[in-house]
Amino acid sequence: MVQAPITINPITRVEGHGKVTIHLDDRGEVAEARFHVLQFRGFEVFCRGRPYEEMPIITQRICGICPVSHQLASAKACDAVMGFEIPPAARALRELIHYGQYIQSHALHFFYLASPDLLLGWDAPPAQRNVVGLADVNPVVVKKAIHLRKFGQEIIKALGGKKVHPAFAVPGGVTNPLDPQDRDRLLAGFDEAFQTADIAWDILETQLSTQAEEFRAFANFDSNWVGLVDEWGQSALYDGRIRIAGPDGSLLAEFDPADYPKYIAERTEAWSYMKFPYYEPQGYPDGLYRVGPLARLNVADGLSTPRAARRLEEFRRHASDGLMGASLMYHQARLVELVYALEKAQELLQDSRILGRRIKATRPPAHGEGVGVVEAPRGTLIHHYWVRPDGTMEKANLIVATGHNNLAMNRAVALVAKAFIHDGDVREGLLNRVEGAIRCYDPCLSCATHALGQMPLVVRILDSQGNVRHELKRD
Amino acid sequence: MTVKPKVATVWLEGCAGCHMSFLDLDERLLDILGKIQLTVSPITDFKDYDFSETTLGIIEGAVGNEEQEEVVHRLRRCSSLVMAWGDCAVFGGINTLRNQYTPGELIRAGYIEPPLGPGQVAPNDPVLPRLLPRVVAVDQVVTVDIHVPGCPPSPQVLFYALGEILGGRRPRIPPDILHYD
Ligand code: SF4
Repeated sequence: MVQAPITINPITRVEGHGKVTIHLDDRGEVAEARFHVLQFRGFEVFCRGRPYEEMPIITQRICGICPVSHQLASAKACDAVMGFEIPPAARALRELIHYGQYIQSHALHFFYLASPDLLLGWDAPPAQRNVVGLADVNPVVVKKAIHLRKFGQEIIKALGGKKVHPAFAVPGGVTNPLDPQDRDRLLAGFDEAFQTADIAWDILETQLSTQAEEFRAFANFDSNWVGLVDEWGQSALYDGRIRIAGPDGSLLAEFDPADYPKYIAERTEAWSYMKFPYYEPQGYPDGLYRVGPLARLNVADGLSTPRAARRLEEFRRHASDGLMGASLMYHQARLVELVYALEKAQELLQDSRILGRRIKATRPPAHGEGVGVVEAPRGTLIHHYWVRPDGTMEKANLIVATGHNNLAMNRAVALVAKAFIHDGDVREGLLNRVEGAIRCYDPCLSCATHALGQMPLVVRILDSQGNVRHELKRD
Repeated sequence: MTVKPKVATVWLEGCAGCHMSFLDLDERLLDILGKIQLTVSPITDFKDYDFSETTLGIIEGAVGNEEQEEVVHRLRRCSSLVMAWGDCAVFGGINTLRNQYTPGELIRAGYIEPPLGPGQVAPNDPVLPRLLPRVVAVDQVVTVDIHVPGCPPSPQVLFYALGEILGGRRPRIPPDILHYD
């Protein structure tokens, strides 16, 4: 049944953090695919009873790849709880640290995680298909990639004192102003950063032109899209209104983030620790939507910076060519945003107001409920807090980017499986493609569970009776 | 040619921040990766947990479920040196806040009760690893040779430790490069 090159090993519990089960119908065709998230840490539960102002420090420990996003969403929820209007300098500094994180996170994903697949090929040996193998083949690019990620991390460190888990955004503002020397040092780094972003772009454009069919055929499907936009309808990463668009980009809803419970509901499934948010008016699971770079570009009317706006035009030319829903287009969307984040960061640093020293609002304690939303690198991040009169947390609800994409990732995996499994026969290459499909979404599984994109993976195939037919993993 | 020491890194009940700190070696990363053999790690693409003849096993995160417990035992059996890398691995870290609840209470509060609305199910499929009653530090499960606190630790510590191992010495981390935040 199964062709020889695919290794079938007995599964043990420790084979992987990411597991996929593919269910076949009685004709041996794919009926359903399940991407299981295998970890539950309980942040929403164990923060109950803590002082609310600890939340930005606690919740950033959900994820070391996008700690800044959690800290910002959390601080914004705290601002809302307290009724704080934060000073303009604080807002500019929060935005700046956010772009620093976009730069490091998008660089990390493209160069460290995705580009080995793109540059070395999906079927290259695993020993080679990683950033180390890439360094052997193309040391110059890898060095530049390292610099770019480092540049983003340096922005974070200049503001928050350290690269991972900075202590910076607090209810009402930020902890410290920007040192003028740091500003000058950071401004000197943009030329190289833009050049590296261009290199990444060229790498991807080459892929797109030589593998257009792969881009088109691979996990390409219709879905709703969700992302933040500003008052002019342009993409907004730090603050804005939540826009929900249909598969062709047409507007379904646009609302203040605090109203999200009217539009977004969540469901649980017995087979995953990750919840399944959906667009409530369309029900579950039809209300499937996607978030993240591709979604943000698909909902936005435009981008407010010149270089990124030009990139967006190129991106849209591809998208309008039947690629709007193609999972692989996440990679290109991420690179458009990389340029956008660089331009925004540069813009902020060139404005003398970034050195402002009034950085924290104060007022007597209030209490209540608050929602804080930002666009994390991987998508819309919602923190929703209920705070008691004594300032302790009553409860919290967090919807992370990878959660929003949960239904979509399952759909993507099912599509790939359908292309590779017929009549109960499994074609070679399924494993790498399944993983590649998941990786397009850059699942921040530490937000939802953990695994840095390239998670150990086992695919289990069940027949219509629920019996295990095959278990596949790479040897 | 000398055999390169095998280094494995695993990511248990943690946030990936400790692995980020590893990547924060930046330019030194390539130099180091050229001298060691990085086997199992979230940044490589090996799918199975083949830890055989590991010189240094680096653990990020605490031990919170049955799968993580098994990984830790396996890594210990195969490694000459085990390093607890970061507050979560050394002390249990932020995760231990959940120890005031039983796993049943956590699951109920996390999945069944509002704000999700009615009709929700508890994740309990056998494919999902069961939570341990308490999240514990790595050295509550196996012997740890090198403890490195910090949330996350400084990349400098890893640079130092690997340098010592490459020089054939057992690393003793100088206190001035350790920190506790
Ligand atoms: S010690 Fe800190 S950085 Fe490391 S895994 Fe734990 S929370 Fe994340």
